[in-house]
Amino acid sequence: MRNRGLSKHYYLMLLPGFAWLLLFSILPMFGLVMAFQDYNPGQGVLGSPWVGWDNFQYLLELDDSRTIFFNTVYISVLKILGNLLVPLVFALLLNELRLGFLKKSIQTIAYLPHFLSWVILGGIMLDLFSLHGPVNHLLSAFGVRPVSFFGRADLFPGLAVGSDVWKEFGYNAIFYLAALTGISESLYESASIDGATRWQQLWTVTLPGISTTIVLLTVLSLGNVLNAGFDQIFNLYNPIVYSTGDIVDTWVYRSGLINLQYSLATAAGLIKSFVGFLLIVLAYFLADKYAQYRIF
Amino acid sequence: MIRDRSSSSRVFDIFNSIFLVAVALLCLLPLWYTLCVSLSDKSSVAAGAVQLWPVGVNLNSYNQIMHDSQFVQAVWVSVQRVLLATVVQFIVVVCTAYPLSKTTKQFRGRDVLMWIVVFCMLFNGGLIPWYQTIRSLGLLNSLWALVLGPGLPMFSVILVVNFVRNLPKELEEAAEMDGAGPWFTLFRIVIPVSVPVLAATMLFGIVFHWNDFMVGLILMTKSENYPLQTYIQQMVIVMTSTMSEEQYKRMNEMSNQTLGAAKIFIAILPVLPLYLFTQKYFIKGMTLGSVKE
Repeated sequence: MRNRGLSKHYYLMLLPGFAWLLLFSILPMFGLVMAFQDYNPGQGVLGSPWVGWDNFQYLLELDDSRTIFFNTVYISVLKILGNLLVPLVFALLLNELRLGFLKKSIQTIAYLPHFLSWVILGGIMLDLFSLHGPVNHLLSAFGVRPVSFFGRADLFPGLAVGSDVWKEFGYNAIFYLAALTGISESLYESASIDGATRWQQLWTVTLPGISTTIVLLTVLSLGNVLNAGFDQIFNLYNPIVYSTGDIVDTWVYRSGLINLQYSLATAAGLIKSFVGFLLIVLAYFLADKYAQYRIF
Repeated sequence: MIRDRSSSSRVFDIFNSIFLVAVALLCLLPLWYTLCVSLSDKSSVAAGAVQLWPVGVNLNSYNQIMHDSQFVQAVWVSVQRVLLATVVQFIVVVCTAYPLSKTTKQFRGRDVLMWIVVFCMLFNGGLIPWYQTIRSLGLLNSLWALVLGPGLPMFSVILVVNFVRNLPKELEEAAEMDGAGPWFTLFRIVIPVSVPVLAATMLFGIVFHWNDFMVGLILMTKSENYPLQTYIQQMVIVMTSTMSEEQYKRMNEMSNQTLGAAKIFIAILPVLPLYLFTQKYFIKGMTLGSVKE
């Protein structure tokens, strides 16, 4: 009886949050039917003609599709690897620093790029890597002719991956650093009494101590295989580098909102959402199985 | 710490310190470069004379953008957006997370509702249906589109749910014994002890709304409604990214880099104190919510 009374209040509390979900998350899901229509804004979702799987078929036949799919997976997989390894090495090196003050300062500075937007960092990078920018200035000191970095398709994936890893390594190291503080000091003490060098302690104490975290982060990053990072690519790319830099999200943006091919863009978006959803569910399943991790 | 005291170990320490300091400087470098460009005089920048030190220091570019009504308007839109979003998010996240933190016994609908939230976090309708929905709601060009458009911050909800669930049970039980209703318990008991996680989610919200350019780009069709980042994106970056290689090269020589750099630097400024002062909260928030048990 008493619980029923409470439930009423709980539902009332949930009302604004679920109204928000309904309007901005759930309603758009119904809009996905556009992928199976020849959508026309004048006729709306209810009046537009149905075309079955035509849009998907057309997407499969499109030459661009393979390139875009490849670019997306290529860039995101490299980002995943970089974002797992570089923060790990950074955290391990930072953990070896003995000066507490220095350690804290370096850590704080390393978080900074994470909090800056890709609009800002994109603008700065285009400047830094421009023909007369500091990077080319530095290279010319070694006799290298100026490189038009963002005007070359072969360099684009590397720049995208490198800058993303640079932006996120400090922040991603949080997880490793948290795990490192959890390793008991007595394990190091007994290892050094046994005569283990620091290098040996790294392999026998430190890495085993954070192995669960490493496994967990690796497994969870599986969910990002189709997320090559719209914000970044959008701010760095240009038509010259479409062949190596165009990803699903940027293609959906251009074909849907610039070229107004609503149905085609919705279909491509649906494929991405659906596969992405399966990947995340798989990632959570594996994380639960191998690292006893649950999001709630 | 009892550690290796051999000479190779000392050498490692020295190189390690130098290396990490260099890494930290690399993180500050873009910021420093932007500041230098924004403070230098236009012609030195155009001549490529400004590398890592300002040349001909002056505040002209800052002076100029302060009188640029479009820029000031964009800052104002962003400020309004962040303030409104912070208040709305705080109230809605707290009110959504609290009931969901109850056990199934205490609140029967809890599991189903939680699954709905998680499903919405993992699956979405994609860009076009989202845009069409907001358009048909008549929210294009409104401040509410910027605040509500990105959707309920589900990640924050889950962080708060996990935090509140791990609070000692006695806390709420004692309040209930004294006859406190659910609203009183939420606002007077749960919120005050959840400050760390709430501060973290607020920080994430503020940073997101200050930094986002995409929602503004898609949902604002008039440039006077652009938030700051969308404005910068359109004014500073789009110009360079839609050009041919030849145009791109020429643009690099002609553009007024100092003004762009000043705008970018002002967009960075508010983020600095924010992340420095809330550091301990977001570290706690991230590690509490994601690496449980």
